[in-house]
Amino acid sequence: MSRRPSLVPVAAATLVLLAGCAQGGSGAASSSPTPSASPSLSGSITVDAAASLNEVFPELATEFQQRHPGTRVVFSFGGSSTLAAQIVSGAPVDVFAAASTKTMRTVQDAQRTAADPVVIARNRLEIAVPKGDPGKVTGLADFADAAKTIVVCDETVPCGAAAQQVFSLGKIAAKPDSYEPDVTAVLTKVRTGEADAGLVYVTDVVAAGDQVQGIPFAESDRAITDYPIAALTDSKNASLAQAWVDFVVAEGGPDLEAAGFLAP
Amino acid sequence: MSRRADPAARAPRALLLPAALGVLLLIGPLVALLIRAPWGDLPSILAGGTVLPALGLSLGTAAISAGLCVVLGVPLAVVLAGADGWPAPARRLARALVTTPLVLPPVVGGIALLLLLGRVGLIGEPLYRGFGVTIPFTTAAVVIAQTFVGLPFLVLGVEGALRGVDARQQAAAAVLGAGAWTRFARVTLPLAAPGVAAGAVLAFARALGEFGATITFAGSLPAATQTLPVAAYLALNSDPAAAIAISVVLVLVSLGVLVALRDRWLRGIAG
Repeated sequence: MSRRPSLVPVAAATLVLLAGCAQGGSGAASSSPTPSASPSLSGSITVDAAASLNEVFPELATEFQQRHPGTRVVFSFGGSSTLAAQIVSGAPVDVFAAASTKTMRTVQDAQRTAADPVVIARNRLEIAVPKGDPGKVTGLADFADAAKTIVVCDETVPCGAAAQQVFSLGKIAAKPDSYEPDVTAVLTKVRTGEADAGLVYVTDVVAAGDQVQGIPFAESDRAITDYPIAALTDSKNASLAQAWVDFVVAEGGPDLEAAGFLAP
Repeated sequence: MSRRADPAARAPRALLLPAALGVLLLIGPLVALLIRAPWGDLPSILAGGTVLPALGLSLGTAAISAGLCVVLGVPLAVVLAGADGWPAPARRLARALVTTPLVLPPVVGGIALLLLLGRVGLIGEPLYRGFGVTIPFTTAAVVIAQTFVGLPFLVLGVEGALRGVDARQQAAAAVLGAGAWTRFARVTLPLAAPGVAAGAVLAFARALGEFGATITFAGSLPAATQTLPVAAYLALNSDPAAAIAISVVLVLVSLGVLVALRDRWLRGIAG
């Protein structure tokens, strides 16, 4: 984006006001017929979001910025738990989207959420295997096979907690070779062919394209992860932060589902 | 040391302020860590089953890595230091390559190691197909990752020490009939010993704190590949107090080792 940095927020806001009437033309790409940008929206916000949202959120932000010229949404993607720890420690963040309600809870408990979090999507675990399934993995039972190289998330992060849940539901004595710090690390090990199988989210399999294959399994239905989003109390641009949250809640659905997420 | 009393050696006053700021930047975070550390819970966290295996693994692998760095790094440094006859570009390139792990983000170093030694890597694939040997997710992978990041410290330290060696001593040994190997073992090595010891200590310290290449190349399995830095990072997700406690252990252990080694091996060297 060639959007200018924050040196010119006043000029940008003026432009928004001037362009207000003419905006119907440029906003025509988004099918919504009511572009009525609230004139107070300007400036930029920082959104901390779970790593699994790093394809969808930038797409949504492009649409959001077209609809509200002069605004800018900046992202910091990472493991939900790490992001939550940064927010609780006072990182200057306007909106948080987590990959689990438990992680969002730590931010709520620290009185950092400006409103109750809203669940925007849900995600389900899937077995990821390298292209061609060299380890001949067919289901969750293979995770108990010590001869296969298996990687899962560590229990301290949401994807690892969900993994333990499906193992206990399936009564599987899993023998992982590594407990990784986040789901991206699991995917990397599968993608590079170092692991025969890993447990990741459906959306990760979709995002990895044809480098990995996904194998659905029944137990995943009972270990669904919620993705809550909330504006934060520390925001210096509360109206823009809330507008972004409202936008994602109201109109993020199709993009989220295209990325493999389940509707909330 | 009598040097301290020598007024001619006193630092200019203008340097005091930036030096003090430097100390603040180096020591401040450590002080904050020590103040915020959950000292009361430390015994129960240490006994929690995660820390002790990780500590043992970290100390063991870092010691092996430091040893490997010496075995591989001293010859490398000797060759580099004696490379004056090479064309200048070749010499510069060789030096740059040796120091690459210093600037490479460790995670990228881990990926590079996977590309070479992983199950589908350049060397790793024939190893796996031919002998059924896999390196990632093993303790050997931890040692390889630590050696990879530690080796430049040793090579640079030893090479610096060798450059300070008086070439005339080598020449004298040669005149007296000493062969290349005798000159290396009886003249060069003893003179470079302080550099070897300093480099080994630095390599050990770097190996002890290594995280990025380890988690990427070796993964994280308790008692096999989960070193103390990896355990601290994972604990940060669920129990920040435990992560701080683990970090305190890491700081104390590395300080203890460095001080002990310095007293025993490096007495009188480098101030």
